[in-house]
Amino acid sequence: MSLDASIRLTLGPLDLDMSITVDQGEVVALLGPNGSGKTTLLRAIAGLAPFSSGQVRLDGKVLEDPATHVYVPTERRPIGFVFQDYLLFPHLTVQENVAFGLRSRGVARQVAAERATRWLDRVGLKDYARARPAELSGGQRQRVALARALAPDPRLLLLDEPLAALDATTRADVRRDLKRHLESFEGIRLVVTHDPLEAVALADRLIVMENGHLVQTGTAAEVTEHPRSQYVADLVGVNLLRGEAGNGSVKLASGQVVAAAGAELGEVFVVVHPRAVAVHRTHPEGSPRNVWSGRASSIELMGNRVRVRIDGAVPLVAEVTPAALRELNLVEGSEVWLSFKATDVGVYPA
Amino acid sequence: MRREGVPIIVVLPAAIGAAFFIVPLVGLIVRSPWGDALSALSAPETLEALKLSLIASLSATAVALVLGVPLAWVYARVAFPGRDLLRALTTLPMVLPPVVGGIALFLAFGRSGLLGAWLDNTFGITFPFTTAGVVMAEAFVAMPFLILTVEAGLRSMDRRYEEAARALGANRWRVFMRVTLPLIGPSLFAGAVLCWARALGEFGATITFAGNFPGVTQTMPLAVYLLLETNQEASFILSLVLLLVSLVVLVGLKDRWLGNA
Repeated sequence: MSLDASIRLTLGPLDLDMSITVDQGEVVALLGPNGSGKTTLLRAIAGLAPFSSGQVRLDGKVLEDPATHVYVPTERRPIGFVFQDYLLFPHLTVQENVAFGLRSRGVARQVAAERATRWLDRVGLKDYARARPAELSGGQRQRVALARALAPDPRLLLLDEPLAALDATTRADVRRDLKRHLESFEGIRLVVTHDPLEAVALADRLIVMENGHLVQTGTAAEVTEHPRSQYVADLVGVNLLRGEAGNGSVKLASGQVVAAAGAELGEVFVVVHPRAVAVHRTHPEGSPRNVWSGRASSIELMGNRVRVRIDGAVPLVAEVTPAALRELNLVEGSEVWLSFKATDVGVYPA
Repeated sequence: MRREGVPIIVVLPAAIGAAFFIVPLVGLIVRSPWGDALSALSAPETLEALKLSLIASLSATAVALVLGVPLAWVYARVAFPGRDLLRALTTLPMVLPPVVGGIALFLAFGRSGLLGAWLDNTFGITFPFTTAGVVMAEAFVAMPFLILTVEAGLRSMDRRYEEAARALGANRWRVFMRVTLPLIGPSLFAGAVLCWARALGEFGATITFAGNFPGVTQTMPLAVYLLLETNQEASFILSLVLLLVSLVVLVGLKDRWLGNA
């Protein structure tokens, strides 16, 4: 029981070529920056965005395949879709919104109304049955959208940025509720988001995409420990380099060599945590094998740490304490030396 | 907004422009023989014309809704070669002198017209000089108002609501009836009212195509024009009635049509 979608399409500047599988029993988050094609992929799965080649299969049944001219229209796919800004019908009451899918599928008015009421009860909005969507808060609308999508009992639940329309104060609460409802839903679940926090909180497995292509997939731990793109590295907040490994060191494309303990052979990614990067005003003494000079290009306070971006032969981000910053008398533009130990370098095959 | 006076060079022509519209209306109100209003309004010919006007204009609006909404949908949603030309043709009656429209209708649906002859010979259906002819003339002139307004509504609506409905299992008909139509409700209402008001005031095409037979094709505007020669006072009163109806419609539509449509 799974969703298997492989989709190739070109839409304006977007060149999408993705194959994904979502199994029953796992919540999968499609994570990527804006414009990476996440929403388009979701729409293609729902039958709302035509694609040039590929196939969408749900539980083994082909829903769409341009090669064989198979196209099950959106309204006949067993899907529930939570749209980014929810798209609750403004002219219908909350209850009518939730009952809409049931009525569309031929459920009698009375039965549909009762089931809609039960769903509203489940999401804690029973008292708002007769309200219009415009009278609800953002978080309440999100819950109605979820109830509306789930009420017809779909096999596949698609959520497009389900929390993006909310302000920061309500997002955490709504996210917790959403996680609970996702867990109790028995079908296949696919969430699109650009927010890594949301992806990690909601999903068992992440599929990271960039520019219409798959970058990486795995559990949150796997992805954050072994970033495979600058995008993921930035999300996680680590330095990501790439080069050719051999003999305890990695030769970067720029020609620099990074000493790395236990480097394997071949094309590899190199990860250096900013906390492992030390900053000096003079050439450091002692053991570190990796020492470069550079210029501090930006200094940002992040919580109780300071992130210093250093431009040089190998641009890196270092994290120091505010005290160290004062001691070093660092300002933007300062000439610095940076160093890190070979044992603090993570290396894995590219 | 800067607190500046409005320049006199604007105020003066603007005031004259406003007066140009208001003075005739005031004249109509002031010079109407209010004492005879009741008798003029309750005269059988008047009531007959009023009744015919209402029936014909409402029927024309119904025709416009049944034919015009699908046409507007096609214009807004279906791209096909010649769409702009077709839209221009169906909008033409808005700028065409109504008399010309009446003549065109006569040449098409008159007893010896392009389609009229066939309709007459095959089904025995004739339009000229019948109430159906009045409805036809009014719909011809008034439907473009509905088509354009509804098309604009369809174009400006958020189509993602239709996708949301489809994702909930609604077929196209249900999407249209339960989502599209309600969402363009304001445009639909405005278009229908504009269409009805235009049909109510229709004169040229009606008198040319349907003639001027009391009780059959003589609508209010026709009656007003005819009374002008025989009973001026009564024609003033009827004019006032038409004026009030139009005014109520316009004021009622202020926001929907002129404002934030």
